[in-house]
Amino acid sequence: MSMNNLLEINNVVKRYGDYTALNNVSMHIPKGSVFGLLGPNGAGKTSLIRIINQITMPDAGEIILDGEKLAPNHIEHIGYLPEERGLYKSMKVGEQALYLAQLKGLSKSEAKKRLKYWFDKFDIGAWWNKKIEELSKGMAQKVQFIVTVLHQPKLLIFDEPFSGFDPINAQLIAKEILQLRDEGATIIFSTHRMESVEEMCDYIALINKSNKILDGKLEDIKKEFRTNTFQVGLATSNSKEVEQKLKENFEVLPADFKLLNEGLKLNVKLTNGSSPNDLLSYLTNQGQVQHFVELVPSANDIFIQAIHKNS
Amino acid sequence: MKRLRLIIEREFIAKVRNKSFIVMTFLSPLLMIGMGALVFFLMKKNDEKVKKIVYVDESGKFSKDVFVDSKTVKYQDFTALGIEDSKKKVEEGDYYGALYIPKQDSLEVLAKSIEFFSKDSPSMSIMESLEDKIDKVLRHEKLTSFGIDIAHIEESKIASEIKMLNFSGEKSSKLINGLKIGVGAIAGYLLMMFVMIYGTSVMRSVIEEKTSRIIEVIVSSVKPFQLMLGKIIGNASAGLLQFFIWGILFLVFSLVASSFFGVDMMEMQSAKVSPEQMEAIQQTATNKGEMIVQEIFRLPLVKMFFLFIFYFLGGYMLYSSLFAAVGAAVDNETDTQQFMMPIMLPLILAVYVGFATVINDPHGPVSVIFSYIPFTSPIVMLMRIPFGVAWWEIAISMLLLILTFIVIVWVAAKIYRVGILMYGKKATYKDLWKWIRYNG
Repeated sequence: MSMNNLLEINNVVKRYGDYTALNNVSMHIPKGSVFGLLGPNGAGKTSLIRIINQITMPDAGEIILDGEKLAPNHIEHIGYLPEERGLYKSMKVGEQALYLAQLKGLSKSEAKKRLKYWFDKFDIGAWWNKKIEELSKGMAQKVQFIVTVLHQPKLLIFDEPFSGFDPINAQLIAKEILQLRDEGATIIFSTHRMESVEEMCDYIALINKSNKILDGKLEDIKKEFRTNTFQVGLATSNSKEVEQKLKENFEVLPADFKLLNEGLKLNVKLTNGSSPNDLLSYLTNQGQVQHFVELVPSANDIFIQAIHKNS
Repeated sequence: MKRLRLIIEREFIAKVRNKSFIVMTFLSPLLMIGMGALVFFLMKKNDEKVKKIVYVDESGKFSKDVFVDSKTVKYQDFTALGIEDSKKKVEEGDYYGALYIPKQDSLEVLAKSIEFFSKDSPSMSIMESLEDKIDKVLRHEKLTSFGIDIAHIEESKIASEIKMLNFSGEKSSKLINGLKIGVGAIAGYLLMMFVMIYGTSVMRSVIEEKTSRIIEVIVSSVKPFQLMLGKIIGNASAGLLQFFIWGILFLVFSLVASSFFGVDMMEMQSAKVSPEQMEAIQQTATNKGEMIVQEIFRLPLVKMFFLFIFYFLGGYMLYSSLFAAVGAAVDNETDTQQFMMPIMLPLILAVYVGFATVINDPHGPVSVIFSYIPFTSPIVMLMRIPFGVAWWEIAISMLLLILTFIVIVWVAAKIYRVGILMYGKKATYKDLWKWIRYNG
């Protein structure tokens, strides 16, 4: 559709015997973005990722990578970190990284050069001659990350990239992923950890039961899911009266947040086209406003709501 | 192609660097030689011990020159002592046994009433040699009773030797037939061993990739078929290297052995054959050595070599792609049992057919049919080839093998492609059938 999309997935269908794993799924992934591919277990995410990686072929539909129909020579432009990942246990770290890089089309000398850069960056040069079985899980994951990004692919696919990492290393990897995006790579990011979606994703798509049920810019989706509800904190002497009066003009819900000050805490939803200013000016007349924040739906809320609506 | 080369290289190096490979390559010939030497040593030891046999001849038909001492057996005449005392003496002393020949009027009855007493059950070869000696004496007596001159009988002994020729004038002999059997059997047996060892090694390598979960990373870079092919070729290369090393070691050892034990071996032989036979052997020994060499060169060596390569590779590729499919269908090695049976059966059947029928009747219907069936043909045909097989038979067999190979590789690749991405599930035959029908 547009040259601004690195990847276009158009009407993709995948069946395994009688089971349909992907039912006419389409989505467009803009260049230079982090695209969150979300969905419950067994929704069809892995099937879609495998099709993009040309591990399996779709039964119908097409995939366009950077303006070209997806073809075997494109594997050099894709880096894939699968959820089910691992390395040859009895092979040495350096040899293994060189082997995998060469499979992705790098020359041996170029691979060596780039590996040195990354090993220095992560300060793991001493592992070069160690066997994978001698490393801890987190250490092996670091090697695996390097191998995934080494050939500088246009498209990077990370399936649960943070599993197996402690918080510090997870933070390190998250930083690296965002830096790769800033350097021009496009990233598909599949995860169950919604807090990392908030942190990382520019766009998301939600797959449930083989169908795409939602996609777009994360900001836009949040707007779509906004409830015009505000968290309100007010210092007042007659809480009961204020709450009663609020109920006449707005929808009042019990508060689900904590404040440091004592006082009235409420969730207030705007109704009948009233604006946030209406609510705020009303509140300022009743007492000291200590807290006034729009309740922005989290990725987690959106995920749960969308799945519920769909089923 | 570049990727296939990379995979072959990795598989080869991974296999060759493996400790068990190194141990197998250098230790198993040593073990074999060691065991051979042990058997040789024990046999020699066994033969060195002189067995003392006493005989009590009440019939008086057996003179001293019947029971002649040999290197390993010494006879003593205890006739004067009587059988009961002799038995006692034998039981108490260091004797092998006592032969009792009672007095009987009729030769037939006598032949059936001779007894041998010993502490342990006597060796078959000793009993045979005793029976031979007795037979000879009794036969001579019988012949004499018919008025026949023994000297004439001895003179009349003629051994014929039929020369075997086929219509193209190729000469053949029992010796060369033995050679053909030997060459064929070794080739067939080698192929079976190779398929079993390196087929299962392909399977193990597939399972390892599944359990270490690297498979998905690899197949995002290369086609599963390339990976499977690379594995099969890589493992075969390692196997060929191993065979090559074994060949060299064998040559070296046999050279060393023949220079060290050459004399001993001759002694061994002479201990086992009678003086008459020995004479004959010595006469023909030089001729025989030359003959064997001549006969070997008369075999269709070039043809055999190329066909050997063809069937060896064909058989290995056919079976190892099945092994790869089995590896893909399971999560760990213990689950392979149910799928291994149907693969091993034809292999074992081929060897049985080879040894049971090809040796006796290389061109009989059973041999011919099994040398066409692609799962048995590599072994059975290899065993038939030294006997000369018509070109059209070979053509049919090769064509069938190639066609089957294409079908099997296609099927195996389908199972492989789906199976490698299936974790935590033990596949059934029904699953495999489903996988074959998946497209893409």
